[in-house]
Amino acid sequence: MLAVARTLVHRDLLLALRRRSDVGTALLFFVIVASLFPLGVGAEPNLLRAIAPGVIWVAALLSSMLSLGRLFAADHADGTLEQMLLGAAPLGVVAMAKCLAHWLVSGLPLVAIAPFIALQYDLAPGLYGVLALSLLLGTPVLSLIGAIGAALTLGLRGGGVLLALLVLPLYVPVLILGAGSVEMAGAGLQPDGQLLLLGALLVLAAAFSPWAIAAALRISME
Amino acid sequence: MLEAAELECERGARTLFRGVSFVLRAGELLRVAGANGSGKTSLLRILCGLARPSAGEVRWKRQPIGALKEDYTRELVYIGHAPAVKDDLTPRENLEIGCRLAGRAASGEALAAALARLGVPELPVRKLSQGQRRRAALARLLVSDAPLWLLDEPFATLDAEGISNLNGLMEKQVDRGGAVVYTTHQEVGIRSTRVVDLGAGA
Amino acid sequence: MNSNSTVRWFWFASPQTFFPLAGTIARWCAVGAALLALAGLYVGLVVAPTDAQQGEVYRIIFIHVPAAWMSMFIYVVMAGWAAIGLAFNTRLSFMMAQALAPTGALFTFIALWTGSLWGRPTWGTYWVWDARLTSELILLFLYLGFMALHAAIDDPRRADRASALLALVGAVNVPIIYYSVQWWNTLHQGASVSLTRAPSMAATMLTGMLLMALAFWAYSIAAALVRARCIIRERE
Repeated sequence: MLAVARTLVHRDLLLALRRRSDVGTALLFFVIVASLFPLGVGAEPNLLRAIAPGVIWVAALLSSMLSLGRLFAADHADGTLEQMLLGAAPLGVVAMAKCLAHWLVSGLPLVAIAPFIALQYDLAPGLYGVLALSLLLGTPVLSLIGAIGAALTLGLRGGGVLLALLVLPLYVPVLILGAGSVEMAGAGLQPDGQLLLLGALLVLAAAFSPWAIAAALRISME
Repeated sequence: MLEAAELECERGARTLFRGVSFVLRAGELLRVAGANGSGKTSLLRILCGLARPSAGEVRWKRQPIGALKEDYTRELVYIGHAPAVKDDLTPRENLEIGCRLAGRAASGEALAAALARLGVPELPVRKLSQGQRRRAALARLLVSDAPLWLLDEPFATLDAEGISNLNGLMEKQVDRGGAVVYTTHQEVGIRSTRVVDLGAGA
Repeated sequence: MNSNSTVRWFWFASPQTFFPLAGTIARWCAVGAALLALAGLYVGLVVAPTDAQQGEVYRIIFIHVPAAWMSMFIYVVMAGWAAIGLAFNTRLSFMMAQALAPTGALFTFIALWTGSLWGRPTWGTYWVWDARLTSELILLFLYLGFMALHAAIDDPRRADRASALLALVGAVNVPIIYYSVQWWNTLHQGASVSLTRAPSMAATMLTGMLLMALAFWAYSIAAALVRARCIIRERE
């Protein structure tokens, strides 16, 4: 079972490596969205510092959602997803493996890029750590919950927009806790509560979403 | 080995077929025949466990496949319409991953030999023709020891040499005590097989 | 006795036998809804006293609060039908879930709209980002997502099961969403207004709201059953 999981993660990473541009565009999107806000609301430094956590988190949300299209669609189109359903590992394990690979390629880089965006917004230096940690805990949850939506909308027309409608309301708690933790720290309070709650969400998502993703995949593939 | 009992399949509002039953024993070849749209692919997918029939049951060695799950799928190889190879990988990488996902380890030489035997060049799959992709997909049959093969239109896009190759593979499989269920539109001169006819379609 | 009642249950699970039953119940509930609504509005508009702080405007809570209750209640019932459908694979359960969704969305919209109308004369803005209104907004998106997913899938069986799974995932998330929005609201106490801080309840006000809630409930049953009959006619 672990061997299958390892093979899948390795395969998805290899495929992402060979299609670097696909991966790169989603990350570029993150940077572009975050850069649009100052153009829209004005470059007043205090304002930017105040909205920075929220903007970075919303940009991370949108970028994560964009990249969900790559999670199952390609495998579904060329028939490899079917073979995974017939493989030696339970579908839940397959789902976890794919989510892990997806996060490594689309979520983890956001954690690395976010400090540079924060620089653009002149975020106070002490907050970088909280920001990175909140993203580190939150982006896997986004991948896991988003995967449920991606599995449900497999092969549908208007897939991307429909996926957004389904998944964004479910993302709201992660957004509130993630951005909120940085704002708490910015106000001089301890962000521990929010970060712990984010961790709890991660544990819950990791425990329950593989089941939901597997059920959704089976429903979509029938 | 494989038993189908009163299978019924519905697609949307139409019933594609009902009351399909057969028993497949070791060493038997079964061909699913029927006009376009009569549900041949659906039947194969129901036999794999990918789809659920609206009535009836599929049993493997007397047990319902729903209960067996991976224990059943480990014993079969399913090759559907889509060749199930990734464009961005080479045939060899595809084959290796395919084996690992099915829970079998295969040595490098075995993989290379299988691909060579079917005449698949070692280029990224993107650059291969349809027929070559089909052969790359069929290479899984050579490295797998699964007793049951479920093949959906395996002869499509193959040239004469490929067809006779596959014929030989299928005959060897049943000689070994395995079983093969397949669909095809073409007359492929395989030795006599049983036929399940799904009729004229809906 | 036990197996007898199980058989009875599953008998009504067939769309054909359910059809006439649904019609009868719907008719009775429609009448009940009208009567209860009249009673509730009478209590709310005539009997209940004028509020010391907010004057006559507060009377809109007689629609706003029951609508909000119903919007959440219907979602739970919808998720319940979805769970039954996925567990027992009965077509009718999925149809009930599908029939409830538009009514639930309607009440969510009414709650949002009346909340907005209440906000304007009382606090000067049409929209206040208080916890309940924001949660209702997200609930509306969940309803719309359910209906959109069902509409986007051609195969009825896949559509039923996919939207049912979505409803369940949503139901599990609703408490998490609600509490996180509550917390978010306390964090950003700039907007110190709150629609949840309604005037302290006189007994008549509570009676009025309960009557309206029952009226909405009866209406929902009637509307959902009528819709279910339409769905049955469409599909069978």
